[in-house]
Amino acid sequence: MLQISLWKRVLILAVILAGIIFAAPNAFYNRVEGHNDALLALKKNGAMTPEQQQANSAWPDWLPSGLVNLGLDLRGGAQLLAQVNVADVYKSRVDALWPEFRKALADERATLGAIRRVQADPGILRIRIGNGDQMQKAIEVAQTLNTPVTSLTGVGQKTYAITSEGDQLVIQLSDAEKAATDDRTVQQSLEIVRRRIDAAGTREPSIVREGSDRILIQVPGLKSAQELKELIGTTAKLTFNSVISTTSNPNEAVGAGEEILPSSDQKGLYYVLDTSPVVTGEDLTDARPDTDQNGYPAVGFRFNVSAARTFGDYTQANIGKPFAIVLDNKVISAPVIQSHIAGGSGIITGRFTVKEATDLALLLRAGALPASMTFLEERTIGPELGADSIKAGKLAAAVGAVLVVAFMIASYGLFGFFASIALGINIALIFAIMSVIGGTLTLPGIAGIVLTMGTAVDANVLVFERIREELKIAKKPARAIELGYERAMSAIIDANVTTFLTALILFVLGAGPVRGFAVTFLIGIVTSVFTAIWVTRLFISFWFARKRPKELIL
Amino acid sequence: MAFRLKLVPEKTTFDFFKHQKLTFGFSVVMVLASLVLVFTMGLNLGIDFRGGTTIRTESDIAINVGDYRRAIAPLNLGDVAITEVYDPNFRADQHVATLRIQAQGGQEAISPETQSKVLAALQTVNKDVKITSTESIGPKVSGELVWTAVWSVLAAVAAILVYVWLRFEWQFSIGAVAALIHDVTVTIGIFSLFQLKFDLSIIAALLTILGYSINDTVVVFDRLRENLIKYKKMPLRDVMNISVNETLSRTVMTSGTTLLALIALLVLGGDVIRNFVFAMTWGVIVGTYSSVYVAKNIVLFIGLDRNKEKKDPSEKFFDKTDVATD
Repeated sequence: MLQISLWKRVLILAVILAGIIFAAPNAFYNRVEGHNDALLALKKNGAMTPEQQQANSAWPDWLPSGLVNLGLDLRGGAQLLAQVNVADVYKSRVDALWPEFRKALADERATLGAIRRVQADPGILRIRIGNGDQMQKAIEVAQTLNTPVTSLTGVGQKTYAITSEGDQLVIQLSDAEKAATDDRTVQQSLEIVRRRIDAAGTREPSIVREGSDRILIQVPGLKSAQELKELIGTTAKLTFNSVISTTSNPNEAVGAGEEILPSSDQKGLYYVLDTSPVVTGEDLTDARPDTDQNGYPAVGFRFNVSAARTFGDYTQANIGKPFAIVLDNKVISAPVIQSHIAGGSGIITGRFTVKEATDLALLLRAGALPASMTFLEERTIGPELGADSIKAGKLAAAVGAVLVVAFMIASYGLFGFFASIALGINIALIFAIMSVIGGTLTLPGIAGIVLTMGTAVDANVLVFERIREELKIAKKPARAIELGYERAMSAIIDANVTTFLTALILFVLGAGPVRGFAVTFLIGIVTSVFTAIWVTRLFISFWFARKRPKELIL
Repeated sequence: MAFRLKLVPEKTTFDFFKHQKLTFGFSVVMVLASLVLVFTMGLNLGIDFRGGTTIRTESDIAINVGDYRRAIAPLNLGDVAITEVYDPNFRADQHVATLRIQAQGGQEAISPETQSKVLAALQTVNKDVKITSTESIGPKVSGELVWTAVWSVLAAVAAILVYVWLRFEWQFSIGAVAALIHDVTVTIGIFSLFQLKFDLSIIAALLTILGYSINDTVVVFDRLRENLIKYKKMPLRDVMNISVNETLSRTVMTSGTTLLALIALLVLGGDVIRNFVFAMTWGVIVGTYSSVYVAKNIVLFIGLDRNKEKKDPSEKFFDKTDVATD
């Protein structure tokens, strides 16, 4: 008979109810969003403004308040796909090695002879050993500084690849260390980008890693990707270096371990600097906008304890000499050391505007990006266009739904009506699942829902057509309905599994808006099988139990 | 007796395979014509696939594309395509145009300076013009996207080939896959013919078409499998005809509801996704056609060997008891 066991009936009804409850917040989108924002503000600031309190009370706390995220194409905002140039880090890592190796090798001067750093490609440290025949000993000394790689994949491997070429010792990062460094670099960049964006106070940014060396940044509400680029595109790498000399020739030959950097404000002025910094921005504990003695904007900073000591010792030993403050490979100022600077705090002057000083302080506080970034892709969508898209999507969905429902009822009468109700439940379920998993609805996603409305009834059509056939061969109504469901099942399964496969591939390989389409389409396939098979069947069995028709017209 | 809309009579006995050579030949010609079109006219690739920048502008006063083009020309941005966009949803004073600018050297997306220069140039012609969206993709990403697109379509076809092979017969999977290749090719063909913008979203549409078309094909195959057991002695062609006729009403209903939803979206869904929806609408029509005239025709050409072996080869996929009851 058409009976559905009690526990199944309860389960089906429970799923429907849960679907409607969890989808409900989306019907009151602005109200629930205001409620959620107010709660977030409470958590962050510990208090709510009167407006926020009002927004908070507009939606009851005991109801679910999960919402479908609106994609950038619906809400407006900016998106950037950035590639982290991971190889940048090799150079600074290797440059920082020189003092350490110099010390270790110099301790063995008796056997090794004089040691000198020689010119090499970025990321490689070359050291000439005075007594070339003692290379073996030099390698041994260098190896004492070589530590095992600390990563899961690089177990048993060393940090540096140390080899020799003639009388030169060649030191670079080992492949395992490079891989570990790359991973760290991207992770760090992501964290710093997040801090910078959070500090700028934009809402609900999404910052995710994509592939091995890319970061996808989406910030709703931003007017242009350029704003975003300015915020995150600056490396903000700050170092304090010794000045060796100044020059007007940018191509002047310099010794190993020296580099030429331009002045940021004086055209034609270049500084020859020692590449190994005295202290770096990483040692900062604080940075804030400040003014110099003449009242011009400046950035005040404070070092941590060990850097404060290093800096103190350095200034004491170099009174009367200039040192350079280098930001992103430009010398922003090169003051002469007047006295021993103890305490580890100071100000950076550099003809800043107030905004520049504020931004620089923010960037320094958030930390420097370990590597530069290249922007591979950027999108900006204006909020008006997003609003237009939502309007168009809503209208199309409503009209599509009315047409499908009318067609179904005209074709199958009461059963078509049941299928239409199931369709409504199906859409509620899609929204409920999207809200619970925090899925993002994009414009193609809306298209996916509309398409689902068209195809969702397919399973019902298969069943109803089958029931018609069974009725034709003089089966009793109850038996025909039962057989209809039973015999249509294999076609329903095959048809939906194949569709599911293609949607899954779309989800796995697709990017951005295409993935948004795949998500609603995938969820739609699953929910439509559920509603078409179980929900309509439940309706039909309720109806049948009440009416007990002798004859069924379908 | 209650009223029922019946697009298909109760019982039909159309001979779908009467003009077998003609219908199949038609499909072959369509596929070949599409290939010729793609190779001669090429595709109007979007920036997803060739890098570059799309800028969407909006203004309250009417747009003169020629003026825009002349304003942009001094910037030397290379190939710039400017199109005016129309949509029934637009307000009367809403004039939209899109500018597509070719990729500028290097890996990077467009520079902010270029963007502001373009806006400044357009404002000399029309001072209240606004940029409502920009999209810029560097050549590195677009190169990768091309491969992702190709792979996803191939992976989908392969997955379907295997699934249909496991659930049915190898002949069925050849037929199904031929139908899919037909659908994809003919859809790409029409994009080439009308030079519609072909971007990543069209790949999504192609995959959706694959899903829809295989859905349709499989439903008829499922009935065919059932009927092959029911009518053991009947020639394959007749069993196929019965199967297609029996599922015809369902085919029309499902295509009908899907097309209704898609047409609503095509007309009212806005110009941003119009090409995407157009591809799907076209694909549903082509997919419905191909599941009968390509997939079944091929199975018919290859044959199912059931008489030669005096045994239905599809039996191995069924319970013996099931077969015995008939």
